[in-house]
Amino acid sequence: MPYALVSPYFLLFAAFGLFPLAFTLYYSLHDYDLAGGSEWTGLGNYASLLTDEDFWNAVVNTIGMFVIATVPQMLLALFLANALNKRFRLRLAIRMSVLLPLVTSVVAVAVVFTQLYARDWGLVNYILGWFGVDNTNWRAERIPSWIAIATMVDWRWTGYNAIIFLAGMQTIPRDLYEAAAIDGASRRRQFWQITLPMLRPTMIFVVLNSTIGGLTLFSEPTTFYNGNVDGGSQGQFQTVAMFIVKQGFREFDYGYAAAAAWLLFLLILIGALVNFLVVRRIGGTK
Amino acid sequence: MTNWSPTILTRVMLAVAVFLSAFPLYWMLVIASRTNADAVAVPPPFLPGGNLGENILAVLNNEDAKFLLGLTNSFIVAGVVTVSVVLISTLAGFSFANLQFKGKNVLLLLVLLTMAVPLQQMGVVPLYRLMVELGWTGTLQAVILPYLLNGFGVFLMTQYTRQAVPMELVEAARVDGAATLRIWWNVVLPAVRPGMAVLGINTFMLMWNDFMWPLIVLTPDNPTVQIAITSLNARFSTNYTLIFAGTALSIIPLVAVFVLFGRQIVGGLMEGAVKA
Repeated sequence: MPYALVSPYFLLFAAFGLFPLAFTLYYSLHDYDLAGGSEWTGLGNYASLLTDEDFWNAVVNTIGMFVIATVPQMLLALFLANALNKRFRLRLAIRMSVLLPLVTSVVAVAVVFTQLYARDWGLVNYILGWFGVDNTNWRAERIPSWIAIATMVDWRWTGYNAIIFLAGMQTIPRDLYEAAAIDGASRRRQFWQITLPMLRPTMIFVVLNSTIGGLTLFSEPTTFYNGNVDGGSQGQFQTVAMFIVKQGFREFDYGYAAAAAWLLFLLILIGALVNFLVVRRIGGTK
Repeated sequence: MTNWSPTILTRVMLAVAVFLSAFPLYWMLVIASRTNADAVAVPPPFLPGGNLGENILAVLNNEDAKFLLGLTNSFIVAGVVTVSVVLISTLAGFSFANLQFKGKNVLLLLVLLTMAVPLQQMGVVPLYRLMVELGWTGTLQAVILPYLLNGFGVFLMTQYTRQAVPMELVEAARVDGAATLRIWWNVVLPAVRPGMAVLGINTFMLMWNDFMWPLIVLTPDNPTVQIAITSLNARFSTNYTLIFAGTALSIIPLVAVFVLFGRQIVGGLMEGAVKA
């Protein structure tokens, strides 16, 4: 009987999890032409990808946007969580409102931000103009486009991560802080010496989540270019996920797209490992 | 306890956070209720105008966007996936938490592993080919089926059931001669309802937002709401009032869910985070 109860999940896993994974490998070892014909090519697709400038461009873009988005996001989320952990009126309402971005659809967010970042009439350039900054063409240039996309990601996820950090903070025993206060440790010191090290397990969870989400980024940059997976006129903000969709479903090069999917998986594994090691060092002084 | 009262800096930070969280949504409303000339004006308009109803009608009546169909389709997709994921996860969670069977730990580990693999990105090529073979491209079942697999759901419900349904309760029911399915229905389901609610809300929001897979497998003439917005965006990229009215419509169900279940969403997120 227990087997019958868990079987729906595992049947679906076989059909829509295991089968696609195995066949992605199979596809990646074949060459496909537009007519649907195919032939064995071994590791040929992987070899071509590793020398494909467009692929490396997508890898660099993905990592670049990930770093620009994640570093400030983690810091902001930590400080925000620390603030949310204090006692104040309307606490639930304020906690709910920082989650508001999460319940907004990704495409809607990207549409709004794209208008805010418009070169000639966007609010962002208008406000920067007060400080004497000339209008930036956010979409046309590489680093500005990364920043624009990173802010979309951060707007959506900072509040969410703050709430997760907050949950972690609330499991930290209060007597630790009381003892530290008696010893004369300042609040700032308590944050760095108690909160941060005790938060490490939560941080690992959050960072791994952000790694998977960040390295598979697709919706925001695609919407930033009106639903086109090219990622700008020079591909300046094309991510690996967009590259896969372009190769597989705009140029119907299934083998190439499948090989790129495996390389993306490899990238996620490496990213997860690196971030895991980084987080483990944070607050390692304790 | 003076330690826990906020400083001025903290208060300012919270105010800024709330303002920034709400602003893009406010902006959506501003542009959606203006004219297109206002949307590209310098300086930009800062207050809502009076054209919201008109703009929403323009979106709904736009032949190319098929917006109403998109909304309906999104409801169907998100609804079907939510119900099945909650059901499948609750059944599996009960098995893993309350029943003994061979290979349980290995299977549970397998569930955890499936959570770590971004299946939707990894498997797009074979999934697409499968849908072509089945003749299902452009149909809703093509969007629904790959998402019925949800490792997170099984994990969450296993954790939740462990905590909400003590083994003694299951044992007692069994001594009374209740069959396994009856125990699930009469003992487990009532106890895990809050967990089901959190999973259901999460799944619904996730599916409502889903973008990459529908963009691949659907066509603009049978869209989900996200694809309908994308079509609008591609065809009328500077007709901001039209597009913004569309995005405003597209988030109404999410905002409704949030207003109704906000407390549970915050609570569920915080509980889930501590357990994971």
